[in-house]
Amino acid sequence: MSATGFDHPKAPFGRRLATVEMNAPTGGYRLVSALDSEGPDPAPGQFYMLATERGWGGVDGRPYLPRAFSVASAERRDAGVRLDFLLESVGPGTEALAGLRGGDGLWITGPLGNPFSAPRDLNPRAAGAILVGGGIGIAPLAVLRRALSRRGFPHRALLGFRDRAHSGGVSELFSCSEVRLASEDGHAGHRGYVTDLLETMLDGDSAATAVVYACGPPAMLEAVRAMSLERGVACELALETPMACGFGACFGCAVPLAEGGYMRLCVEGPAVRADRIATAATAGAGHR
Amino acid sequence: MSVATDERTELCGIELEHPVINASGTFDALAARRAFGDAAWERFPFSAFVSKTITLEPRAGNPPPRLFEAAAGMVNSIGLPNKGLEGFAASDLHELGELPVPLIVSVMATSREAFAEMIGTLADRDEVAGFELNVSCPNVKSGLIVGAEPSETESLVESLRPLSAKPLIVKLTPNVADPAPIAAAAERGGADAISLINTIAAAPWSAGSRSEPWLGAGSGGLSGPSVREVALHAVHRVGAAVGLPVVGMGGIETGRHAADLLAAGAGVVAVGTASFRDPAAGLRIRDELRRFGGTARASGDPHR
Repeated sequence: MSATGFDHPKAPFGRRLATVEMNAPTGGYRLVSALDSEGPDPAPGQFYMLATERGWGGVDGRPYLPRAFSVASAERRDAGVRLDFLLESVGPGTEALAGLRGGDGLWITGPLGNPFSAPRDLNPRAAGAILVGGGIGIAPLAVLRRALSRRGFPHRALLGFRDRAHSGGVSELFSCSEVRLASEDGHAGHRGYVTDLLETMLDGDSAATAVVYACGPPAMLEAVRAMSLERGVACELALETPMACGFGACFGCAVPLAEGGYMRLCVEGPAVRADRIATAATAGAGHR
Repeated sequence: MSVATDERTELCGIELEHPVINASGTFDALAARRAFGDAAWERFPFSAFVSKTITLEPRAGNPPPRLFEAAAGMVNSIGLPNKGLEGFAASDLHELGELPVPLIVSVMATSREAFAEMIGTLADRDEVAGFELNVSCPNVKSGLIVGAEPSETESLVESLRPLSAKPLIVKLTPNVADPAPIAAAAERGGADAISLINTIAAAPWSAGSRSEPWLGAGSGGLSGPSVREVALHAVHRVGAAVGLPVVGMGGIETGRHAADLLAAGAGVVAVGTASFRDPAAGLRIRDELRRFGGTARASGDPHR
């Protein structure tokens, strides 16, 4: 890790039980907070494997595998670190997680994966960062945003949502930030894609001093990847793929590399340089 | 056989601190050390480490998606991505030699010659305590799945037997009508132990817009709690058919499940998919197994 990079803490070995502190609605999403009394502070972009202590394994035997979630915010307390996760109920696993209540147990393994690179590790001449988030993918950018603020590094956030039901987290996670919004249904900000905003911003910026960080649905990330490569803008993407273990054992989270072959996203990502991969349109949705 | 007061055991001459090892391809000791630091090795969850399967040439693995969550388990079609024999021997093997437990190297090939080259190359490496032969693959010459044909299995093991004094464990596939004759053939060929079960052939499919197999490779293998009783049946069949020690695996999530497999005829058990849910699952299962006294049949009515 370079001197400018973020610390890269290692997870305690084995899963451990965290205690849910809060589960609050934010737009169409849920923000679930849990206290981890043992683990280190996660770095921006790192993730945890999550499973509820009770009710994991429903009538049809699912959910079975834990679900990978980026941290949306982390706050050090006397009793441990409070971890916030942004959730949407879209399947049996996320339904169980979204239904957690204060005092419930939450199995966590993490923090896992490589954090985002520091801006000047991606571009030595970087003068400002552009954070591009889509839907639930705004979560890891929120942690990055705070880390950049602490370092006094200039940054702007462009956040896009499909519609009102698939939005949330902006006021909780991006307060005190320069944020521009886009929504496909026009309920907030620019009517259209967040990548429209990115294109406009890059048109007015110098590619030589820009750095882009993005997380969101595969189609959005692929558009950001193509745009940044075309313009020669330094860019890092936080990807998602189906993942069984999160620590390099299962080889399930394969992402195709530009040079051929695959990487394991869990141990070589989830933050990856845009020019390293063949596509950001990863196959297969998450386990949900 | 070991009891609660002394859980040490051995597997065809490989001394084990306890009877819980890992299933090949479900735990990566090197990646675990990177993710969790030295704690993953200081508290290594298994009494031996079985490597991910290596092949003679490097393999990229199957196109994604590679995973599907099934009812009480998962289907995978990973496709054996690995560095190949040369890459494994040159880089990974040295670090794996520092493991606090014996190393069993899993190998797979589509020809007898390729199998022989791998065993021959690794036989004298001090880091290697033994081999597991993954025979759930076709012989390109005969076109037959080696582990589905007694004669193929016997002649393969027979040809490899002289190449190494180290134990040869034959990992059998459950995708046959009866694994017992295959196990007996492996025994005749000179195998030191049998391990089973490998995953059960499976292909998730989605109706509607996506009228194609879910997995990038089309089909894969089912593992997890849903295969537990299949494993118990296969282990029992094979245990009764051969005089070799049996490494039993399939759906072990708790010490009770491990005890059940030991009672069915396994001498050692392997934890697989459970490690995906908790990297330290092997430690918990070992601790829970102690309460069952190693091999004692777990009590209780499963229908409760």
